[in-house]
Amino acid sequence: MKKLLLATAATALVAGAASAEGHGSEVKLGVILGFTGPIESLTPDMAAGAELAMSEVTEAGNLLGGMAVTPVRKDSTCVDAAAATTAAEELIAEGVAGIFGADCSGVTGAILSNVAVPNGMVMVSPSATSPGLSTVEDNGLFFRTAPSDARQGVVMAELLMSQGVESVAVTYINSDYGKGLADAFEAAYTEIGGTVTISASHEVGKGDYSAEVAALSGAGGDRLVVAGYVDQGGGDIVRAALDAGAFDTFHFPDGMIGDALGGTFGDEIDGSFGQAPGSDNPGYGEFVMLAGDAFNGEGTYASESYDAAALIMLAMQAAGSTDPNVYKEFVEAVANAPGEPIMPGELGKALDILAEGGDVDLVGATGVELVNGGEAAGSYRVIEMSGGEMVTVEYR
Amino acid sequence: MDFLNALVNITNLLIIPATTYGAQLALGALGVTLIYSILRFSNFAHGDTMAFGTIVTIGITSVFQSWGISLGPLPTALLALPFAVVVTAALLVGTDFAVYRFYRAKRAVPIIFVMASLGVMLMMNGFVRFLAGVKNISFADGERFIIKARDFKEMTGLAEPLGLRTTQVLTVVVAVIIVAWLFWFLNKTRTGKSMRAFSDNEDLALLSGINPNRVVIVTWVIVALLTTTAGVLYGLDKGYQPYVYFQLLLPTFAAAIVGGLGNPLGAIVGGFVVSFSEVMITHVWKKVLTYLMPENLEPSSLMQLMSTEYKFAVSFAILVIVLLFKPTGLFKGQSV
Repeated sequence: MKKLLLATAATALVAGAASAEGHGSEVKLGVILGFTGPIESLTPDMAAGAELAMSEVTEAGNLLGGMAVTPVRKDSTCVDAAAATTAAEELIAEGVAGIFGADCSGVTGAILSNVAVPNGMVMVSPSATSPGLSTVEDNGLFFRTAPSDARQGVVMAELLMSQGVESVAVTYINSDYGKGLADAFEAAYTEIGGTVTISASHEVGKGDYSAEVAALSGAGGDRLVVAGYVDQGGGDIVRAALDAGAFDTFHFPDGMIGDALGGTFGDEIDGSFGQAPGSDNPGYGEFVMLAGDAFNGEGTYASESYDAAALIMLAMQAAGSTDPNVYKEFVEAVANAPGEPIMPGELGKALDILAEGGDVDLVGATGVELVNGGEAAGSYRVIEMSGGEMVTVEYR
Repeated sequence: MDFLNALVNITNLLIIPATTYGAQLALGALGVTLIYSILRFSNFAHGDTMAFGTIVTIGITSVFQSWGISLGPLPTALLALPFAVVVTAALLVGTDFAVYRFYRAKRAVPIIFVMASLGVMLMMNGFVRFLAGVKNISFADGERFIIKARDFKEMTGLAEPLGLRTTQVLTVVVAVIIVAWLFWFLNKTRTGKSMRAFSDNEDLALLSGINPNRVVIVTWVIVALLTTTAGVLYGLDKGYQPYVYFQLLLPTFAAAIVGGLGNPLGAIVGGFVVSFSEVMITHVWKKVLTYLMPENLEPSSLMQLMSTEYKFAVSFAILVIVLLFKPTGLFKGQSV
């Protein structure tokens, strides 16, 4: 929390100073993430990642002739669509030129259809991964730097198979994210010969998960796939399964990969695997270095967040306008080849190139490439729990 | 061997968790039933009273821990519990003086009390969050396991594991002690008898010289004991989270009503009916049947009656069925 306050204060300070030097004009970007709710342990690093990109651009002082970028934070709650919609409407009222977020798939869909599309606002989500968002009506306003879970399902299935795990039990959070991922995984896994013994949903905020764990254990399987959130529900199920000795090893998709995982379970879950979006491209290391001590650059979706915010600002520069309906056409162009590759920390250079009419290809922290109407192609970082620590073993 | 495996499997996954959860619900339902029979209304603030009692216990526990006081293998929270009961009792009696006494003097109908308790619930809801936030707090210390799942497998050589947590045993033991004490108190002591008299016929009780204020205060103190204990046992077992406590209100009331509102024995049975039905009906029986059936008759499907999404529907279905055939609950309580 202290770190977060510090980062926010520093960003505000830098932004304030820069706007005083510049032309006195600023552009506001909404940062809407679930600062409270089931993934509240992931969001501080995500917000810090996005705000790092914004302060970098402000410091460079060459966005559309020296505009300062100011982040405006709002709470999406991750699970409450009505609260998230209200928060997004507040952002519109405060006059933001683009929205970075939201985080969870359910609220992202709600904000997109209730606020972004009616108001013609560009949204770039770093972490909404539901396959359903690929086909939603978005008027070209919605982009995401995280890949669809249709892809994560395939990666997860192949990973389990390559380790010789041929039957698993699946439990998923009863939400757009959980259901989408569980379905994608089951389809991919059965296609390559795996068996899903049971696919059972769970709710967040229930105290007693013994019925769920009993059902999962009764169905059996070599591993338990927990497609939930680490702070709620998912974490409780892992705890109950360990206590009852129902499963020893687990497989964790992105929502479970958080600091809380190692902290809560320590070496009890050694030998478990998981994956979260991430890549071995050189930009990732540079981003982690840029983050330094200010925040955890290796945090889940922190790097996607940096790229998402960078995309909005580069597209504005390429379009020469902060009007979402104008710059939305340029988001894919600055993300993809051809053009000068742009690493984290080089946003100022990219803005110069674009100002001179050149072309850039944002590599960023995740090697972002937008395909399929504005979503990342997707590479994943595979982690293994070893000695109570999360260790990155490979990239897929 | 197969029979033993099946038995261990059922004990580990069904009997132990359901007994623990049932004991926690029973303590909560006892409080609901006491308020209903003596003060004559359904107290909606019950779940949040549990949360309040627990958060006070957590506070006192952390003070004790900073002083280096502990109970060895048992959680320190047990030591803090009596103090928390006193604080909770003060809050409940204070609430009664500030809110319910006014309506009692006016002899208001029960539904007014229920609505007033709804208001109290919302205020307590906010107060508890104000005190300790919304996050999950784990305050169990001491020895976590009595039998570890992995050790059990190695010790016995069985294929099925069996895990038994300290908090599970503690829950059942403490619940038994409190329930035994409560029944002794209600049936043997003068105060307990006057409470029962007040519950059976208020006017007659007043005529025979029973002090109504004393009965009310004693009732709230006992309710504080029951709610705080239930809340702390639940929190030790599963972690404290205000939202979860609020949600506990539903199964608690279901337990009290199934057993028969106003009947203490019914509240206990109701707690176990709700917890066992939730677990049994959604259980996947494939593994157990595979152990028990001859080899060629093994089931190929999951043998699950209902998927786990419906576990709450199960307890409500039982509630409806019981009320249809026995409107006063399994044991003779008051009809709702």
